[in-house]
Amino acid sequence: MNYHWNWRIFWEPAPSGTGTYLDMLLAGLVLTIETAICAWVIALVFGSVVGVLRTLPSKTAFRVGFAYVEFFRNMPLLVQLFLWFFVLPEILPASWGLWLKQMSNAPFYTAAIGIGLFMSARVAEQTRAGIGSLPRGQMLAATALGLTTAQAYRYVLLPMAFRIILPPLTSEFLNTIKNTSVAITIGLIELTGEARAMQEFSFQVFEAFTAATVLYLLINIVVVTAMRLLERGVAVPGYISGK
Amino acid sequence: MFANFDFDVIRRSLGYLFLDGMTFTLTLTGMAALGGLIFGTLIALMRLSGLKLLGRIAGLYVDLMRSLPLVLVIFWFYFLVPYIGQWLTGSSRPIRVGAFTSSLVTFIMFEAAYFSEIMRAGIQSIPKGQPMAAQALGLTYGQTMRYVVLPQAFRNMLPVLLTQTIVLFQDTSLVYVLSIPDFLGAASKVAQRDGRLVEMYLFAAAVYFAISCAASFGVRRLQARIAYVH
Repeated sequence: MNYHWNWRIFWEPAPSGTGTYLDMLLAGLVLTIETAICAWVIALVFGSVVGVLRTLPSKTAFRVGFAYVEFFRNMPLLVQLFLWFFVLPEILPASWGLWLKQMSNAPFYTAAIGIGLFMSARVAEQTRAGIGSLPRGQMLAATALGLTTAQAYRYVLLPMAFRIILPPLTSEFLNTIKNTSVAITIGLIELTGEARAMQEFSFQVFEAFTAATVLYLLINIVVVTAMRLLERGVAVPGYISGK
Repeated sequence: MFANFDFDVIRRSLGYLFLDGMTFTLTLTGMAALGGLIFGTLIALMRLSGLKLLGRIAGLYVDLMRSLPLVLVIFWFYFLVPYIGQWLTGSSRPIRVGAFTSSLVTFIMFEAAYFSEIMRAGIQSIPKGQPMAAQALGLTYGQTMRYVVLPQAFRNMLPVLLTQTIVLFQDTSLVYVLSIPDFLGAASKVAQRDGRLVEMYLFAAAVYFAISCAASFGVRRLQARIAYVH
C-alpha cells in the first residue's frame, strides 16, 4: 500500500487559521453535540405531543397524529433538509424569505429544526408504544379518582410510559447524533464535515476519518453509559428492569 | 406561491430523473438489500456460532457500523475501496472504482450490520427443539441452518427486513455527498442547472413519499396476513 501515513498531522496548523487540525475536529465535535441536543429537544417535545395525540380517544387527534408521523417518516432526511433550506424561503412571502436567507447560522437552525422534526416522528411512535403498553386499568383508575384526561396523562400515564421507553429513546438519541452528519449537505461543518475538510486540505484521508470515527465512538460510549445510569435511577419497581 | 411554478421543467426532465436517477437508486437499493442480507446472515451466524473469537469479531463489526453516521461510512469506503481493490487484484496502484461499485460496497457493508441484528433475532426466535430435531435426524450444522432454521427465521422476519429495505431506499439518497446522480442527485442537477430548486425538490420529495408510503402500506398488509396465519 503506497499511502503515506502521518499521524502527527493533527498537531500541524490547519490552513483555516483557527489552530491545528485537531482543534478543527474538536470544533466539529462541539457543533455536532450542539446540533444534536437542539434537535433532540425539538424531537422530544413534538414527538411526545404527537405520540399522545395518537392514543387519545378522539378520531381527529388520531388522524392528525397519523398524518404527522407518515409525513416525516416517508421522506429521506436529506430531502427534508433541502425542503427546509432551499424551498421554504422561496414559498414564503418575499420579505420573510429574504429574512430567512440572510440569517447567519442558517444551516445550524435548519439542521436543528429539520432533524428535530424528522426524529420527532420516531419519538412519537415510541411514546405511543409506551402508553399503549400500560395496562388499561391505569387510565381507568385515574378516571375513577376524578382526574381529567390531561391530569391522567400528566400524573399517571406519561411518567410510567417515559420510563418504560427509555432504552429505545436512547437509540433514537444516538440516531439524532448520527443524523446531524446529513446537515453537511446544507453547509453545516460538523464533525464529519471537519474530517472531510481536513482530508481536502491535508490529503491525509485515513487519519482524518479515523479521528472522526474515534470521536463518534466516544460520544456513543458516553451517551450509552449515561443513559444506563439514568435507566437504573428511574426504573419502575416491579417491572423487569426495576428493583 | 405557485403562480410561477414551472411544471414544464419537471416534464422535460422526467426521462433523466427516472431512467437514469431512479434506476440507479432502485438498483442500488435492491442489490444492497440482497448483499446486506447475505452478509448480515453470515454475521448473525458468526455471532451465534458459539465460537468466542468469531462471535466477538462479528459483534465488534456490528457495533462499529451502528455507531457511525452513514455519511462518514460513505466517505470511508469511497476512499478505502480503491485500496481494497489494489490489495485484492495485487496491482501496484490503487484501482479506479466507479461511483456505483463504490456506493454498492458501502451500502452492503453498512446494511449488513443492521440486517444481521434482524436475522439474529429471527434465528433466536426459532424454538430450540427445531435444530435439536434436525440434529437428531442426522443433519449437519450446515444442513440444519439451510433447510430448517434460516428459512423460518427469514419468513418470520420478512416484514422487518422489508421495513429496513425502505429505510435503505431512503438512505441511498445520501450518495448525494459524492455528487453521484441517483434520483435526488439527478433532481438536484436539474434544479441547479435551470435554477428551479422549488419545483425539483418538491417533486423529488413527493416521489420519495409516494414510493415509501406505498411500500410501507404493502409491508403492513403482508404483516397482517402473516399474523393471521399464526
